[in-house]
Amino acid sequence: MAYSDKVVDHFNNPRNVGSLPKQDPTVGTGLVGAPECGDVMKLQVKVNPDTGVIDEAKFKTFGCGSAIASSSLATEWLKGKTVDQALAIKNTDIVAELALPPVKIHCSVLAEDAIKAAIADYKQKQAGQ
Amino acid sequence: MLKFPIYFDNHATSPMDPRVLEAMLPYFTERFGNAASRNHKYGWEAEEGVEHARKQIADLIGASPKEIVFTSGATESDNLAIKGAAYMYREKGDHIITAVTEHKAVIDTCKRLEKEGFRVTYLPVKKDGLIDLDQLRAAITDKTVLISIMAANNEIGVLQPVAEIGAIAKEKGVLFHTDAVQAVGKVPFDVNALNVHMASLTAHKIYGPKGVGALYVRRRNPRVLLTPIIDGGGHERGMRSGTLNVPGIVGFGKAAEICRLEMATESVRTKALRDRLNDKLHAELDELYINGSTEYRLPGNLNISFAYVEGESLLMGINDVAVSSGSACTSASLEPSYVLKALGAGDELAHSSIRFGIGRFNTEEEVDYVVAKLVSVVSKLREMSPLYEMVKEGVDLSKMQWQSH
Repeated sequence: MAYSDKVVDHFNNPRNVGSLPKQDPTVGTGLVGAPECGDVMKLQVKVNPDTGVIDEAKFKTFGCGSAIASSSLATEWLKGKTVDQALAIKNTDIVAELALPPVKIHCSVLAEDAIKAAIADYKQKQAGQ
Repeated sequence: MLKFPIYFDNHATSPMDPRVLEAMLPYFTERFGNAASRNHKYGWEAEEGVEHARKQIADLIGASPKEIVFTSGATESDNLAIKGAAYMYREKGDHIITAVTEHKAVIDTCKRLEKEGFRVTYLPVKKDGLIDLDQLRAAITDKTVLISIMAANNEIGVLQPVAEIGAIAKEKGVLFHTDAVQAVGKVPFDVNALNVHMASLTAHKIYGPKGVGALYVRRRNPRVLLTPIIDGGGHERGMRSGTLNVPGIVGFGKAAEICRLEMATESVRTKALRDRLNDKLHAELDELYINGSTEYRLPGNLNISFAYVEGESLLMGINDVAVSSGSACTSASLEPSYVLKALGAGDELAHSSIRFGIGRFNTEEEVDYVVAKLVSVVSKLREMSPLYEMVKEGVDLSKMQWQSH
């Protein structure tokens, strides 16, 4: 399978690989996918509670090159966005940016799910404060 | 000097041996005749080339030359053996036994026969990839006409107990076909010692050309009859019509002869390379799982799951090494390897698997390069893997609630 240059670039030089402290009330964690399906994404955001802006985003992904690239790209896009702007990121934006072929669209869907899950986790933590 | 990409995918196909090419060349040009032309020198030369090859192939498997039927490849051989026997012996019975880990050329042929009213038993395999002989015995009924079990598996390289299956088939009076494509030329294979009635062979897995194969069809004790699946001029004793691929057949013969003469030393060498690859990987990486029996296995095969790393991303990371993966993402079907799933180890290990097929032209230097590359890429991908992180934190992945998608 031929990969787009952008997928190869994110795969070779993934942005923002790592983990943020899960217990931190300003950190939201999304864990989506399943090992038996061949992809699992963990995406985390650290939000400034005063401004609602995402200061930091980190990911770890078990999955194919396109899954890794989708989550790497998502973390790049998340930084500097408000929580509401982040929720507006669509999987189709990721497909377009990375030129993903049809068989890899599920990778972008997973990345969108991971963003939503991370933000939902952050909001739940904030509501419980 | 290493040549890139390094080719470690010899179960998919093998590079042609230059000695094979040399044997073939005259048959494209000056000896271009049709082996069925009986009235001139061109035809006689072509026929001579074909008959010489038939003997070279027969000698490799302990058969008589008359028992070799040339085909376009192993897929056709499997189709001819299974459909040919099923149609020929339909009056006697309508039941076929095969296994879940067979090649698609066998499985899909059986599925088609099921649609036509035959009954097929697909034997499961044990954790090591081998069939259970008691289950085979228990599956045989008075309506069973054929058992088709491969000699060596194309993904995990395990060697099925062909001699024992042959003995059971003989005792029960059932025909036994084996897809021997991966085994012949790599491990000793004698149709009489193994009590095989039919065996599928192909040239391109033994350093010969693509597009030519053969079916061994036993002529004595018992004489096996087949209904042809291709009709026409009645070539190959009526079992396979069609003008013979003379250059291909000549190359196949030469490739078989080289295997017969060199297999003993070559298998020691490929096994040593395979063991070096395996030992070095295990010395440097944890959580590696070998898929399939380590005892009953082709000398050049290694199939390993690198836990917590997805196979396609691993292939992408080692893109100067040609290997294949059981990961869904590398297949058109988006399903992980059915062979690995059949071992019962869980889909996640199938997604993490790499098949290495070491062959005649591989070197120690290549093995060392591949090990170094794999160690660095696997380590990098594990750093990036949420699963690896969770396991290191003490999370039991099997107890997690995953959302399948």
